[in-house]
Amino acid sequence: MTASSISRSLDWIPLCQRSDLVPFSGVAAWIDSAEGPAQVALFYLPGHSQELFAIDHHDPIAKANVLARGIVGDIQGEPVVASPLYKQHFRLKDGRCVEDDSVSLRIWAVAFDQDRVMIAP
Amino acid sequence: MSSTKHNLAAHNAPDSDATDTRPTLVVVGNGMVGHHLVEQLVERDQHRRYRIVVFGEERHLAYDRVHLSEYFSGRDAQSLALSTADYYAEHGIELKLHQAVTAIDRDARRVHTDAGYLDFDRLVLATGSFPFVPPIPGNDREGCLVYRTLDDLDAIRAAAATANTGVVVGGGLLGLEAANALRGLDLDTAVVEFAPRLMPMQVDEQGGELLKEKIEGLGVQVLTERATREIVPGEASRLRMVFQDDKVLETDLIVFSAGIRPRDELARECGLEIGERGGVVIDDHCLTSDPAILAVGEVALYNNSIFGLVAPGYQMAKAAADTLCGGDSTFTGADMSTKLKLMGVDVGAIGDAHANRHPGAKQYRYFDQIQQVYRKLVVSGDGKRLLGAMLVGDNSAYDSLMQYYANGLDLPADPASLIVPSSEPAPTLGPDALPDSATICSCHNVTKGAISAAIDAGCEDLGAVKGTTKASTGCGGCAALLKNVFDHELAARGMEVDTSLCEHFAHTRQQLFDIVRVEGIKTFSELMTRHGTILDDGAPSLGCDVCKPAVASILASCFNEPITDAAHIPLQDTNDTFMANMQKNGTFSVVPRIAGGEITPDKLIVLGQVGKKYGLYTKITGGQRIDLFGARLEDLPAIWEELIDAGFETGHAYGKSLRTVKSCVGSSWCRYGVQDSVGMALRLEHRYKGLRSPHKLKFAVSGCTRECAEAQSKDIGVIATEHGWNLYVCGNGGMRPRHAELFATDLDDQALIQAIDRLLMFYVRTADRLQRTSVWRENLEGGLDYLKAVVLDDSLGIGEELERQMQHVIDTYECEWAGALADPDKLKRFRSYVNDSRPDPDIIVTEERGQLRPA
Ligand code: SRM
Ligand SMILES: Cc1cc2nc3c(=O)[nH]c(=O)nc-3n(C[C@H](O)[C@H](O)[C@H](O)COP(=O)(O)OP(=O)(O)OC[C@H]3O[C@@H](n4cnc5c(N)ncnc54)[C@H](O)[C@@H]3O)c2cc1C
Ligand code: SF4
Ligand code: FES
Repeated sequence: MTASSISRSLDWIPLCQRSDLVPFSGVAAWIDSAEGPAQVALFYLPGHSQELFAIDHHDPIAKANVLARGIVGDIQGEPVVASPLYKQHFRLKDGRCVEDDSVSLRIWAVAFDQDRVMIAP
Repeated sequence: MSSTKHNLAAHNAPDSDATDTRPTLVVVGNGMVGHHLVEQLVERDQHRRYRIVVFGEERHLAYDRVHLSEYFSGRDAQSLALSTADYYAEHGIELKLHQAVTAIDRDARRVHTDAGYLDFDRLVLATGSFPFVPPIPGNDREGCLVYRTLDDLDAIRAAAATANTGVVVGGGLLGLEAANALRGLDLDTAVVEFAPRLMPMQVDEQGGELLKEKIEGLGVQVLTERATREIVPGEASRLRMVFQDDKVLETDLIVFSAGIRPRDELARECGLEIGERGGVVIDDHCLTSDPAILAVGEVALYNNSIFGLVAPGYQMAKAAADTLCGGDSTFTGADMSTKLKLMGVDVGAIGDAHANRHPGAKQYRYFDQIQQVYRKLVVSGDGKRLLGAMLVGDNSAYDSLMQYYANGLDLPADPASLIVPSSEPAPTLGPDALPDSATICSCHNVTKGAISAAIDAGCEDLGAVKGTTKASTGCGGCAALLKNVFDHELAARGMEVDTSLCEHFAHTRQQLFDIVRVEGIKTFSELMTRHGTILDDGAPSLGCDVCKPAVASILASCFNEPITDAAHIPLQDTNDTFMANMQKNGTFSVVPRIAGGEITPDKLIVLGQVGKKYGLYTKITGGQRIDLFGARLEDLPAIWEELIDAGFETGHAYGKSLRTVKSCVGSSWCRYGVQDSVGMALRLEHRYKGLRSPHKLKFAVSGCTRECAEAQSKDIGVIATEHGWNLYVCGNGGMRPRHAELFATDLDDQALIQAIDRLLMFYVRTADRLQRTSVWRENLEGGLDYLKAVVLDDSLGIGEELERQMQHVIDTYECEWAGALADPDKLKRFRSYVNDSRPDPDIIVTEERGQLRPA
């Protein structure tokens, strides 16, 4: 990570409420990221060592904004989401596509502040 | 031959004959054995050494005559075919169908057809046999038919369409099969046999009596010891049969099945040696009296016998192929043991079943008129060896007995224990007791040793073993034994086939279904905690896109809680989550239920209004309903609100569940309709809507046999008859079409629904994930008969339970969309973004033919 993105990552902003999330599934939200407005997919895995993830909502393979609607699961213990259109899996931790090394998604830091969901855009 | 005839080689294969220096091998007849010979030649690479030309008189490429009757229960010519034209072309074999050889000129080494002639170096006769029609005056009247080829069956079907009654002349194996076919065509059927009993070749007097009782119990009239004197025009029916004793029987059609005769006419005319009662005489190498000419299959006479079964024919083909490539394997006769199920009645005959070939042989007999079973053993004088056996009414002992017989195994101390019921289970002959040399499949001559070698060479499933060894791909009679041996051999190697659903569950879908049902598990996390994978952090695994929807479907089939409930929502496929199918641009389609395809003008207007208001592309689907495409996620609730207000409900186009029950207009309008097909379609669609199943389900109901609703291509097909409904099951269109099979006939409404309840719930319980009924049925051990036994005869005693389970699903049905609209929490799911209400700007549409589509 570059220095500037670390400094920006300290810039937490509120995104939505815990009650907007769907346990063990995803929802989509808009943020103003460094590159401009972006659609993120937020996944909530209560009870797991990492509970919150934010990755691109845009599926670069299907070229549509759909990833928050995919099925969440794990492959060898690594949390992933399956694209609802052509079923590729993307790792929630680093945005890598399991089936195609050359494809990867942006990720953002997300955390709870009480019942608020905070993101570092 | 006239000089106007041309050389077929020059005409049909202009390049090959000029440059081709290979000797020409002509095969006359492209039936089961003729085709097998070609395969055997290819296996031995002889298609490179010979130029092979095959003549077939029939229009069809070789097909599975053994299963010919299935042509009437849903299979078509293509699915009965044993091969393809491509196979022949690929191997450079010239196949001339619909072209009979009319003469053989042995001096010129030339065959003639109506189209020309061809010179040969070697020739194989594989012309099979023809059905013998007794020389009864009037046997050529219209309505007199035979049962041997696909064309014959077409003729029978056509004649049956306008007939009420049918008679089969001949009560042997083929006669009874023909009788069953007539019965299946809804004819009142009778069998007329000249001998004092049915199947005189296979069974004795006592067995024949029992067989007769059973077959009459099925509603087929059996007349034995009847010789027909003549056939004259009838009064009440088309034809009248007059017997020797002046009694008469009227019928609309007659099928002759009074034995077969070898088609040896070509051989006779060219002077080959022919047996006294017909048949081309062959030796151990399948050579005829002219060593350039061979004969195989039902036309060949070996050791004074014609073998009317396919297995000996295949063995001859093998020997002939060896002879043609200079090998010296021989044909030394074949076993005529048979195991059949005729009209649901088991009949088995092994070896010297009549005890007339072994002087001094002793017999054991068991006859039970209550259970209607008859079993007989013929043993050697010292009681050590099995020489023959006869079974009527129950073939379960056949496989074991056959092994004792074929492999000369020592009989148990008390052989009677093999056929007499006792509180102890009969001593069965496990696969481990068989020597490696034991023949498992006699059609393809596959031994236990060959099966075990195939496993060692890497065949890990039954399909691979069948592919490699060909075991069980002939008459299919050895299927159960093969499976037994295969399982046993796997176990002996400590191998286990991995049937895990996915990395999270070491269970099959079927096992998970039972666990859920027996333990009453109602959520995915509970199932994962108890039976699945636990992650390093101690939490149950999340599952994946394989096991989650599979478990969601199981939970829904068992408990039918709304799939939109919080505990179930993360399990669903995307389409189920949003109760709409996602399209390629991230929008959704909306498919309201239009049961049976029936819709009021008012409802049509509402669909039009909704489509217009939300900018939706509308299309009539292949399932007789209307699809509205291009709905944005956030619009779905409003769209459904309007539709539900107008009386629509969800169509489950997104679910692995009942899709549509297609119907024809039926008796309310159509001049041919014999039942109210729309009414029945509505009843079925409303009964099973919402049932979650391993894969989607499609039904159709037709109002008469013209079948405008295409019911025979559906998972469940219902066709109206004068007396009720015929039920067809396990068909589909899609990637690999399969015709549905006739399952039961003339059911009343209640019996129809009971059969469908049971069949569907049995499917739901036992199929693999994403396995449609067709594939499930094809993989079902025991096939259609087994399914009939479970569903119609309740052989597993689970009928009531299946019905109860189905009733639960029906009683707990609710429209998922109506449920979601009533619950603000569930509606939150339909926001495109949780923190913004602007629509997705990347969904861009353009106009085409007056409607919108993705740009
Ligand atoms: C809309 C429709 C085509 C049309 O414009 O007519 C259609 C559209 C789709 N079909 Fe179909 N099928 C439609 C009739 C059929 C038919 C004809 C029929 O039902 O009479 C068949 C062949 C018959 C059969 O299924 O036996 C058919 C065989 C398939 C298959 C192949 C199934 C198979 O077993 O081989 C699939 C893929 C699958 O299910 O895995 C499929 C899958 C699909 C999916 C769901 C693909 C997808 O995942 O996106 C399509 C989405 C529909 C949507 O977005 O609403 N569709 N599909 C038809 C909807 C009928 C309805 O009212 O529900
Ligand atoms: C309804 C039915 C059920 C059966 N069930 C069983 C069973 O359960 N088990 C079993 O083992 N067997 C069964 N059989 C018997 C089995 O089908 C035969 O043993 C097998 O088909 C014999 O094969 P084949 O090649 O010798 O003869 P066929 O399969 O009859 O093939 C001969 C072919 O040669 C063609 N032909 C004849 N003359 C000429 C010519 N001059 N020029 C070109 N072509 C010619 C014919 O048209 C025919 O297509 C059944 C048969 C029938 C009809
Ligand atoms: S299947 Fe029969 S009843 Fe139905 S529309 Fe066709 S002809 Fe009429
Ligand atoms: S015995 Fe006929 S297929 Fe095996």
